[in-house]
Amino acid sequence: MSEKKITAKERLAIPRQEMPAQNPAERIHNFNEVHLGYSPETAQMEAMRCIQCKDPVCIKGCPVNIKIDQFIKLIAEGDFLGAARKIKEDNVLPAICGRVCPQEDQCEKTCVLTKKYTPVAIGNLERFAADYERESGNVELPLVKPSTGKKVAVIGSGPAGLSCANDLIQLGHAVTVFEALHELGGVLMYGIPEFRLPKEIVRAELEGLKKLGVQFVTNSVVGRSVTVDELFEEEGFDAVFIGVGAGLPWFMGIAGENLLGVYSANEFLTRVNLMKSYDFPVHDTPVFNCKGKNVAVFGGGNTAMDAVRTAKRLGAEHAYIVYRRSLAEMPAREEEIHHAQKEGIEFMLLMNPVEFIGNDQQWLTGVKLLRMELGEPDDSGRRKPVPVPGSELILPIDMAVISIGNGSNPLIKQTTPDIEVSRKDTIVVDINTMATSKENVYAGGDIVTGGATVILAMGAGRTAAKAIHEKLMGTSQGFEEW
Amino acid sequence: MYKIVSAIFLAENIKKIEIEAPRIAKKRKAGQFVMLRVNENGERVPLTIAGSDPEKGTISIIVQGMGKTTRELNSKEAGDTISDIVGPLGTPSHIENFGTAVSIGGGVGTAIAYPTAVALKEAGNYVITINGARTKDLVILENEMKAVSDEAYITTDDGSYGFHGFVTQKLQELIDSGKKIDFVLAIGPIPMMKAVAEVTRPYGIRTVVSLNPVMIDGTGMCGGCRVTVGGETRFACVDGPEFDAHQVDFRNLSDRNKLYLAEEKQSNETFSHRCRLGDRN
Repeated sequence: MSEKKITAKERLAIPRQEMPAQNPAERIHNFNEVHLGYSPETAQMEAMRCIQCKDPVCIKGCPVNIKIDQFIKLIAEGDFLGAARKIKEDNVLPAICGRVCPQEDQCEKTCVLTKKYTPVAIGNLERFAADYERESGNVELPLVKPSTGKKVAVIGSGPAGLSCANDLIQLGHAVTVFEALHELGGVLMYGIPEFRLPKEIVRAELEGLKKLGVQFVTNSVVGRSVTVDELFEEEGFDAVFIGVGAGLPWFMGIAGENLLGVYSANEFLTRVNLMKSYDFPVHDTPVFNCKGKNVAVFGGGNTAMDAVRTAKRLGAEHAYIVYRRSLAEMPAREEEIHHAQKEGIEFMLLMNPVEFIGNDQQWLTGVKLLRMELGEPDDSGRRKPVPVPGSELILPIDMAVISIGNGSNPLIKQTTPDIEVSRKDTIVVDINTMATSKENVYAGGDIVTGGATVILAMGAGRTAAKAIHEKLMGTSQGFEEW
Repeated sequence: MYKIVSAIFLAENIKKIEIEAPRIAKKRKAGQFVMLRVNENGERVPLTIAGSDPEKGTISIIVQGMGKTTRELNSKEAGDTISDIVGPLGTPSHIENFGTAVSIGGGVGTAIAYPTAVALKEAGNYVITINGARTKDLVILENEMKAVSDEAYITTDDGSYGFHGFVTQKLQELIDSGKKIDFVLAIGPIPMMKAVAEVTRPYGIRTVVSLNPVMIDGTGMCGGCRVTVGGETRFACVDGPEFDAHQVDFRNLSDRNKLYLAEEKQSNETFSHRCRLGDRN
């Protein structure tokens, strides 16, 4: 198929192609993916909307600078495999990023059509190309350079670690990835639910890395099973990349937080996604039985949306988001908020929990909330919520999920004291190289930034891979003096 | 897959299982635990490491068949495998020469008290062990405990062996006899650990307990194992599992451990049913 000749006017007249999705009434009863993907025809139609700017500003909006104009042109021309390969020059996990990247704040935000029209659906097209390639069974493995004889340990098999491992193996280094859990993929497996990111897709990406020769070691907690120093001294690694994520959930510190039925989002999602407790008792791990119950999720990020939509799918009668600011300040992606609303999630906005209430068996029965109003902007630039005196109310709930973010896991800090950390315990790095204060140790992803996005973690993994390569091959530009 | 090297019953329903895990065997210290998964559909359960043989590359756990997972584990024999094991996790026991140290194990808790008793002995303490069980047949590690103790006592609830009574009564007797006790470690059922804490509290004897809350990952990631210690929330998997007994909110721990009682019962019944069907074939 080749691109039809159309005029600029016709091009601009094509409406943005929506991606078909499961009907909300249906999807709240299953864990299948919400979006169903573009057909080749729809994808080509959408790709034709791209006006192929001379200076494609969309690329600047992408943290890994995918050659967006070029891959879209290939889709428009019907060369879908070519498009997938073009994306993979810059992004190793396109099927994942096409699904979970906040495109509306990145590439699509900078798309020139955004001002007068609607932006090209870059994320949807990325996803289409990646899915097309995978489903065609025609996945082309990139060329691996001859062995350099250098060994690199990557700690953590989430997005940062996988992208770092991918680049390093292609450059000819031997790469071993250590994962703490029994399953690979990090937050892509335990955190993001099946209905937003099918696990089969993550497994396919992992298979690709295995084929390239990346070694994976599961059940290995760095800091406990083996320390960073031991990786150098006893296991002979030449460099270490730390991409362990932000693995310590925050609680709110209010009364009643340890009542039965109060969970962190990490625990709730890990039970459901990784341990498959939605399929109890076939799988042994139980989770709070949400059926017919009232569940409140506290927070307004993507994880909060994942948790509340999971509770709904597990049969919750009422599934609430309790958030202390308004919809406008919510950090979750618009798309996720929109999906949640369609699925009947109830938003309790401008509400702040002050106390959890339990019965005499210590089971949660409700939460005391305080109404808030928005005052002056705070440090984050968002208007600060201030309590309305005397506005307390009690919301009856059976389960609470706290989703207000994560701190840093203390294990590496405790066992590798010569890696400098910030006041918040995140690892301090040179942002140009992701080098830490310890020789030949690099870090990236949430352990550096605090809770952020998959694509930022991937970008950090790639920056580190480049710097590690230069350092090991002696071609660096003096970054190591940092 | 991780291979089981040996599996022997120490008492009815209590099995010592030795598993091939060379990295863990090399690194583990007293007081640390592993998380394991018996099979692909299994849950992740924390079990304290009872001992290790670094040269052979094995660790031992001592398991009492209570719920589905522990019963399934106890059905394993030498040569069988389990899906996953990770560790050593948790902060190791704080060991120093306290002077006179009492290590108390209740039931299968003795399996956990034992390695710490060994470490206390190695650090130069005068070690007293109190090994409690419901009845004589359930006493485990008697000889091992004796070998590391300057004084070793057995207590049974029914008086069928050793001192007739609870471990706390024996401990009180030791205190009343004028013995200067500097440190107490108590590991066993929650009511026992709480009772020990109450015995030592009036004397201000430094007392440590090892807590067993529900856990998923064991690395600090989920917060499911949070316990209240000194009015603050702590994660047993990374901050513990050992805590100051006089600061622990045992009520909260005991309540939180009831979270999945209904599901545990269901799993257990399904498992029993399957076992019976298996027997018939």
